[in-house]
Amino acid sequence: MSEKKFSKKHEWVSLEGDVATVGITKHATELLGDIVFAEVPDAGKSVEKEGQAAVVESTKAASDVYSPISGEITEGNKTIVDDPSSINKDPEGASWFFKLKIKDKGEFDSLMSKEEYEKFCKDNPN
Amino acid sequence: MEVQKTALYNIHKNLGAKFVPFAGYEMPIQYKDGIVKEHISTRTYAGFFDVSHMGQFFLEGDETLSEALEKIIPADLKSLKINHSKYSFLLNNNGGIIDDLIVTKTEKGFSIILNAACKENDIKQILKFLGNNHKHLLNNDLSLIALQGPKSVEILEKLIPGVSNLKFMTGNNFDFDNDNLYITRSGYTGEDGFEISISNQKVEKLINFLILNEVKPIGLGARDTLRLEAGLCLYGHELNEKINPIEANLKWAIAKKRKDIGGFNGWDKIKNLLTTGSEKIRVGIKPEGKVIARENTKIFSTDDNEIGLVTSGTFGPSVNAPVAMGYVKSNFAKVGTPIKLEVRGKKYGGKVSELPFYKKSYVK
Repeated sequence: MSEKKFSKKHEWVSLEGDVATVGITKHATELLGDIVFAEVPDAGKSVEKEGQAAVVESTKAASDVYSPISGEITEGNKTIVDDPSSINKDPEGASWFFKLKIKDKGEFDSLMSKEEYEKFCKDNPN
Repeated sequence: MEVQKTALYNIHKNLGAKFVPFAGYEMPIQYKDGIVKEHISTRTYAGFFDVSHMGQFFLEGDETLSEALEKIIPADLKSLKINHSKYSFLLNNNGGIIDDLIVTKTEKGFSIILNAACKENDIKQILKFLGNNHKHLLNNDLSLIALQGPKSVEILEKLIPGVSNLKFMTGNNFDFDNDNLYITRSGYTGEDGFEISISNQKVEKLINFLILNEVKPIGLGARDTLRLEAGLCLYGHELNEKINPIEANLKWAIAKKRKDIGGFNGWDKIKNLLTTGSEKIRVGIKPEGKVIARENTKIFSTDDNEIGLVTSGTFGPSVNAPVAMGYVKSNFAKVGTPIKLEVRGKKYGGKVSELPFYKKSYVK
């Protein structure tokens, strides 16, 4: 699996062949607080880069999760739907949101590296 | 207007509070533990809440004071015993709720706890009915701390002997560190607990004692999930000037005598509604599954007619399910009535539920 890339909307993406896995970052979960609801897209759905793809809700509020990359959903992670609190525990591992077959690897390459993302979070604390 | 801070601001900061602007104050929404843990520790042990942004309004006067206040508050203030408290409201001419409040009879008159966002207007409205012989003071030199949860009594009794004798919705004066405190056994979480009115100079000492006893600080986030599970209204959500107490399902809070005799703002309207019932009424709502129906979620009948609106909704950590309150047309208000909730354009099932969602344990 490739190195992780990151978006300004606090999603991470990893790539294996032409299938990307997308989730929300640890930093995002810290901003959200206790997660109590998640909705993931069904397989077959098309998503655009920066288009709304999933939903996550904490005790405080609902937030959209965007796909940092265009493609067709191959799988939504039902485990996080059944146990939303698992997202707080392992946001960048087992608690991924969805996988998708990508169209343009250039979109992946243009996302931030881990170092760039960490700097971005430091500069934009909220 | 400049953002205000309570006397405990720096303590909150040191405890890792995340602040939000609330009713003109910088208030902690949560601390390091987060909303769910704060909620659970209040239900299983004890938590403290800085509610010093709320208005502590003191009134003094002779027996004409109760009469004056009864024109805007539908509680039986004339019969209220010293150190006894009532939940009530300020009403406008149309019976709409200007604010909800706790009024306590004191030796010299009354004290009233007002919502932070409403307090200035509340006082204007109250002053319309007061005479020259009635004194009043919004005391900003006092902090207000709510201590809530099953261990509250055991912990507070160690510091302030005698508080365990208080019954729910009564209060008294106590000595603490050469200062006078006024403590009532009350709160807004559905748990046993106290509200402690204490000078801004001494409040830090009280908080340090609570922290030493492992009482956790609780922010506005958990305050909201706790009160919602307890089925309690929050002004600006369930209540506003266009909602009357009958619609809000709070007719229990209007004294029997006052219902019969009246003599308060909006009585004509309320008297009528007491016989006919209101068109809409506040209910509890349990969405099916995990979907959260937040404020302004539209409520539909099973045959897809719009019948109401959610006023508060979140995930209830102790109920371990989403919970909500809202207004529905009265013929859909029966507990168990199936409804639909429109969340992000999709309709989900739900039911009208009993309130509270979480069983209270007050000491009576």
